[in-house]
This record gives sequence, structure tokens and C-alpha cells, in this order.
Amino acid sequence: MALIGMNRRKFLLTGAALGCSAAASPLLTPVAFASAPWDNRLIALILRGAMDGLDAVQPYGDAAYAGLRPTLAAGEAAADLDGFYSLHPALAPLMPLWAKGELAFSHAVSTPYRDKRSHFDGQDILEAGVAALGTGVRDGWLNRLMQTVPGVSAETAYAIGREQLLILKGQADVSQWAPDTKLELSPQAKRLLDMVFHDDPLFQQASSEAITIAEQIAADAGGDATLDSDMAASPMMAGVQMTGDHVKLAEFAAARLRGDTRIASFSIPGWDTHNAQSGPLGRALGTLSDTILTLKAGLGDVWGKTAVVCMTEFGRTARENGTRGTDHGTGGAMVFAGGAIRGGRVVADWPGLADGDLYAGRDLMPTRDVRAHAGWIMRGMFGVDSGVVERAIFPGLDLGADPGLLL
Amino acid sequence: MPFDPDLGAIRFGTGLSPAVPPPADAASMLSALAGPDRAAARWPIPVFAQAEPTMPDMAKLAKERRNAEKAGIAEDIAAVQARYVVQRDAARALGLANFGATVARGIGAEDAFRERLTWFWADHFTVRAKQGIIAHLVTPYVEEAIRPHVGGRFADMLKAVVTHPMMLLYLDQSASVGPDSRAARGGRKGLNENLARELLELHTVGVNGPYTQDDVRQMAELLTGLTVDRMDGFAYNPRQAEPGAETVLGVTYSDQSSLETIFAALDDLAVNPATAQFIAGQIAGHFVADEPDPALVAAMAATFSQTGGDLAAVYATMLDHPASWLTEGGKVKQPLRFVVSALRALGVDADEVAGATPQTLRQRLQQPLVLMGQTWEKPVGPDGWAEAAGAWITPQGMAARINWAMSAPGRLVKDLPDPRDLVLTALGPTPPDPVVFAARAAESKVEGVGVILSSAAFQRS
Repeated sequence: MALIGMNRRKFLLTGAALGCSAAASPLLTPVAFASAPWDNRLIALILRGAMDGLDAVQPYGDAAYAGLRPTLAAGEAAADLDGFYSLHPALAPLMPLWAKGELAFSHAVSTPYRDKRSHFDGQDILEAGVAALGTGVRDGWLNRLMQTVPGVSAETAYAIGREQLLILKGQADVSQWAPDTKLELSPQAKRLLDMVFHDDPLFQQASSEAITIAEQIAADAGGDATLDSDMAASPMMAGVQMTGDHVKLAEFAAARLRGDTRIASFSIPGWDTHNAQSGPLGRALGTLSDTILTLKAGLGDVWGKTAVVCMTEFGRTARENGTRGTDHGTGGAMVFAGGAIRGGRVVADWPGLADGDLYAGRDLMPTRDVRAHAGWIMRGMFGVDSGVVERAIFPGLDLGADPGLLL
Repeated sequence: MPFDPDLGAIRFGTGLSPAVPPPADAASMLSALAGPDRAAARWPIPVFAQAEPTMPDMAKLAKERRNAEKAGIAEDIAAVQARYVVQRDAARALGLANFGATVARGIGAEDAFRERLTWFWADHFTVRAKQGIIAHLVTPYVEEAIRPHVGGRFADMLKAVVTHPMMLLYLDQSASVGPDSRAARGGRKGLNENLARELLELHTVGVNGPYTQDDVRQMAELLTGLTVDRMDGFAYNPRQAEPGAETVLGVTYSDQSSLETIFAALDDLAVNPATAQFIAGQIAGHFVADEPDPALVAAMAATFSQTGGDLAAVYATMLDHPASWLTEGGKVKQPLRFVVSALRALGVDADEVAGATPQTLRQRLQQPLVLMGQTWEKPVGPDGWAEAAGAWITPQGMAARINWAMSAPGRLVKDLPDPRDLVLTALGPTPPDPVVFAARAAESKVEGVGVILSSAAFQRS
């Protein structure tokens, strides 16, 4: 921290000498890094493309299931969870977490989005946390959480990856970064950049945050080196099957969350499995499993106070389609992991899969709102009042009964 | 504000250049678009059927490989494997060459509006290679299904796209089979809604358009029969077609399943009033402003409807409209456009880029685009790249842009221009004072160039 402060100070003096308006520049304003108002960690993962909940967590105990999924139902290859649900084989590396009570699922859930089944609108509704688009709400629900809590700083919440995450967009300052981004600039270059961005708030803010974060990460790097090597040696990493962006994102998230960061979010694509689903869904579930295991390994002791919440825009058709895949549907599943989770359970008001039970004759009927589960987690982990959840974070939501997802 | 040549080159082209003059007026932009495609002739990209290895080349070798593996003779397996490696390397080399040619066209084009239109429509009809092995065929899809139609009729582009093997594979139409068709074999194969849904939601009437799940389903049934034969390319297979008449958006089509019936539905969709409105909004939202003036969109939509989707007429309306020339608002350049416009402003020789080594193309251009958030030909979904400025000018995106601006020009350009000159070449005769000052105050040429290219003035349009 001291190093960054010093750089800023030097910058301030020379910047002023150059004649640019130093006082108005966020680049030159010392940022107070308050410690966060709570100690628990929340990681929100967005599964883009609509995860097939009925294949990830298979309700084999429902008499209609096998008939709906003649080629997809995994049968004995799936790991039994509780005598009704079984787990897709690609999630098998997570079974130790299930056994320890650090992994839970909810089923037959959805956002309020219905009928048009567009990925992009579905994801906007999920991340905005609203009942419908076009209501004037333009920020994300995790950002609104940040707006309700005093004492947070930009570092409290991190949007990770190269995309912009609507879930964290909004009035409250949050940090955004992608793990493989670097920025090294001469002091003069920084001064001149500040000058050419000066009249443009969008560019000014993005570049000043970039410089701050890059310096902070460089300053932290010494301390992280030992932890990273610890992590590589951790037995949890043995379950990690793949390398790729998701592992880098998870490692980066874990590194931030070991410090002052309390909330992190990133997304995992690859769930839109219209065709020959077993291949792509297996890969996507493998990615999810890797991500969760990498987070656990990277977080070390902090895992004990962590909840990972995985959400998708909607589920997929109850019947497999004509090409051994599934089309866009409604009800789906959520995945929860972490030491803060009361795991080893699938939480659901199961609607059934018989013809008459399906939504619009084709989809798993949602019986619970994704937002209610997320709301109960925020309430439990951060002490946010129910009224704040139902009015400020998810306007108009009825939280309903406590699903008991937390210890 | 009327037509301005410099703003015309920046907003509707690939930027100002020391070598290529900006367009004199809207009429010359449109007549260039109607004229011969000089950039395509000079920096060629093969069409789909000639892009080697072609799909049949790959299908043949894959078959030989399977046969060799079945026969189990080690020598034959090794031989076919060696040929496979050669083929894969050739595919990668062509993919990279296609990228180089795309960038070269952007840098060198006299008629840069055509390049921008090609990028826009390729994004509107996004295709991704489902398997890495066919990644080199995405640009050829654009060359064949998109580029010839950018100044033509929307319906023609729509039909070219919807019958193209790359789109049929990408959105799974090739595998979709009418549930009561002969190919369904008693229900063992069936329908896939993917293309039908995106056709309505993304390609024509838009997500707020007047369609329901029933329309998606009917459209999916109507599209059955469109498929891909790995040896022959696009095919219409009547055995896959769902029998009977389908009704989409209130129109019932012939109960005779045929390509003509599908084209009839596409022709109707192409001129639906909701399509006119949606496409007008997409074009204005890409070229003029993230949230374009509704009057501009309405005028463009009216032209679209009056002309039955004549795209050149729609562009003419855009270029004539005062709202298209406001300097407030505007757009942020997406990464490919940012990089191309920077190289163009620096006076980089387009032929050198087209002939650059694979390593140069990867390290200096493709990798930086990844970090800026725009991996070449790999948008996340069929909705393509984001339009909103805020999606690109994030801390991580900005860091990647600044890094590239500060480092790549010095490595790519032998004689960097004097920053005091570049500020005028890149930004036109009236650049903002702070950028002029910064160009003068930089400690080195490299840094001066970097600051100019990083500036909001250069990255906005």
C-alpha cells in the first residue's frame, strides 16, 4: 500500500506542475482501503448458455425421467446423491465435497423470466435480479447489495474476466480485472494519459482503476508467490482435470478473496447444448468442477467462510430434442459449494415430470425463485435485513421460507 | 451538421490515413460501395468451397483415418495421422492468412465503409466454428454469404446465410429433423430449435418482435430439410422435412415442403415491419451511437420498408440524417477496429500486414485482441459482440488497449511518425488541446504515439 501511496504523491506534484487539474482526477485521489464490513466470502458464478439442470442433477427417482431422456439419462454411471437425485458423471470430482457437506443443489428453480427463452434477455434478468426487463433497473443485484452496506471500498467486490458483468455493474464502486492483464507505465506516460482522458469520465475511470489495480497486484505479488505454490501442492488440485481460463479466473478470485475482497463474480460459458449434449455438457460440468476445486484449494482456510453460488439463465426442455440435446427451457438447477454451505442436500419443491406437471407442456416447472436462494444467502452471510433484500436488492421479491442453505 | 469527410472516414470507415483520402461526400461512399470490390481483389480471401483444406478434404481424410484405425495396421495409421497433421497445419495457416487479409483490407481500403459493413453484418449473422478444425472456414463464410450482399438486399443476405453450411452447423440446423419426416425413423431423430429461435430473435424481427414460442416451433419445423452434406456442402434433404404446412407470424406456408417454401418464409421475414425497425436500430446502434436518435432509426426503418430492404438505400438515409453527424455521444471503437484504425493512421503498409509472419500476426495483433476482449472470430454467443461503450472500456480492456498502443506500434512500424504529426493524421485538423499537448510532451516517440492512440479522442468515433 505504501508504495502505491508514494507513487501517487509524486504523480500529484508533477501532474500539478504540468498544469492538469489534479484535484478532479480520480487517479490522484488517495483511496482509503477500509477493511470490509464482514468476513464471509461470496462467489457468484454465472453459467452462460443455460445449464441443463435435469442432466447435471438427475431426478432418476421421478418415474417420468428415463422416458423423457432416453439417451441422456446416465443410469448407473451417475453417482447417487440421496435416493432420488443422482449426479452427472462429469461432476464426480465434487463427490468428496458432497460427502463433507460442502456441496448442495437446488432444483426446479428459475428467475421470473418466462416464455421467450432468449439467452441474452434471460442473463440480463438473472444479473439485474429483476422480474422483467425495461423496468428502468439498470444495475446488477450484487452492486445493489454493495449500495446498501456502509464501509465498503472498490476492492470489496471484484468482477473478474474480460467481459463486463452486469451483476456487479452500478453506482457502488467495484473492481474489475482479468487475470492475465498487465500494465506497466512510466510516470510520464501516466501523467500524459491522465491528461488525454481528463474530459472523458468513462476512459478516465477505467484507466485510473487499471493503473491502481495493476500496481496493487504487483505489490501483492510477492506475498502470493508462496500461497500459489502451496496451492499447486494441495491435494484438492489433484481433481482438477483441465487448464484454461476458468482455472486462471478461479485462482485470481481466490487470491483476491484471501485479501480484502469479499465478493467475486465471473462467468463460465459453454452450456448451450442443443446437439449431442453429452460431449459439450460433460466439458462444461468438468469446467465447473475444476473451478470449484481450484477455488477451494486457493482459498485455504477462507473456504470455511465461503459460499459459491452458481446460477444460469434458465433450464432446458424436459424432453431431449431430436438431436440428443435439449432446447431452451424454464426450470433448472443451482449449485452451491463452500465451507459456509449446509451441504449434502438437494433443496427442491419437486413439481414432477409427468406431462401435466411440465411448464407449457415442455419444461421443468419452476417452484422456487433463484433470487430467493441468493437472497437468503446474502441475508445469512452478510446480515442483510430481509426487507432490504426484498426491496433494494431484488425489488418485489418474496423471499419465502428459509431454504436453510447455510450452516 | 452536414457530411464531414474526416468524421465520415472515422465513423463509417476505418479511420484517417496519411495514404488514403477521406470520402468526399455520402454519394461517393455509396457509389464506391456499388462499384467493384477492389480490396477483396487485392487482399483475397477464398470463398467457402475453395478454402483449403475444404470440408470435403477434411471429411475424406477423417474417413481414411477411421478406416485405418478399424483395420488396425500401425503403418497406415501413422501415415494417415501424418497427413492429418499437415492438413491441420494448412487449416491454421489459412485461418491466420484470412485474419491478415481482413486487417490489410481495413488498413488499405479506399472504400473502407465496405469493410465496416462487412464486419457489422458478419457480427449480425455471427457464426463460430463448432470444432477447431473448421475455424479457417469462418472468414470464407463471411466472404461468400455476407460481403457480396452488404450493399444489396437484406433478403438476399438472409437467404445466403440461412443456407450456408457454417450457419447450419453452428446453430444445429443440419441435424434437425421433422418429427414426422422419413428421416426421423419413428422418433429416433427430431427437431432442434436453435436456428429457428435465433433467426427470429437475433437476425430478423428481434427479441421484442411479435413472435411466441409457437412461432419458434413452427419456424423450426419449417426449416427442416436444410442440412449440410460434408462432401457436397449445403443440401436440401426432403427426407428431413416435416410434412404439412407451418404457420409463422400469422402466415401459413405451403404444405409442399421445399426450399422454395423456406425461401418464401425468409422473404416475408426479411420485410416484416419489425425486421425493418430492428435492423435500422442495429445499424444505427453500430455506426452512430449506442443509443441512436429514435428519429434516425425511424427514418432508416421507413426507407427499409419502402424499398423492401434495400440496404444501400437505408445507408443513404443514415448518411443524410443530421443525427448521424453529431459529435456528442458516438461510439467507442471495438478492439479490431481500434487496432486497424491505429495501423491505418500510422501509415502501415497493408501489403506488409497481409504478408506478415504468423508469429507477428499472433503476437502483435491476435493476442492483444484477446486481452482487449475480442478474440478473433470467437464471440461468446450468436448475438456477437457487445455494442455498448461500457462493455469495452473496462479497467482490464483499457489496460490492454494502452499496453498495445504503447508497445505494438514501435515493434510493427519501422519509422514511427512524429507524434506532433500523428495527432493531426489520426484525429483530423482540430484535435483536442490536451492530446496535442501530450503528443508534444511525451518523452519518446513511442510513448507519444502510445498516448495519442490511447486517447479517448482516438478511441471514440
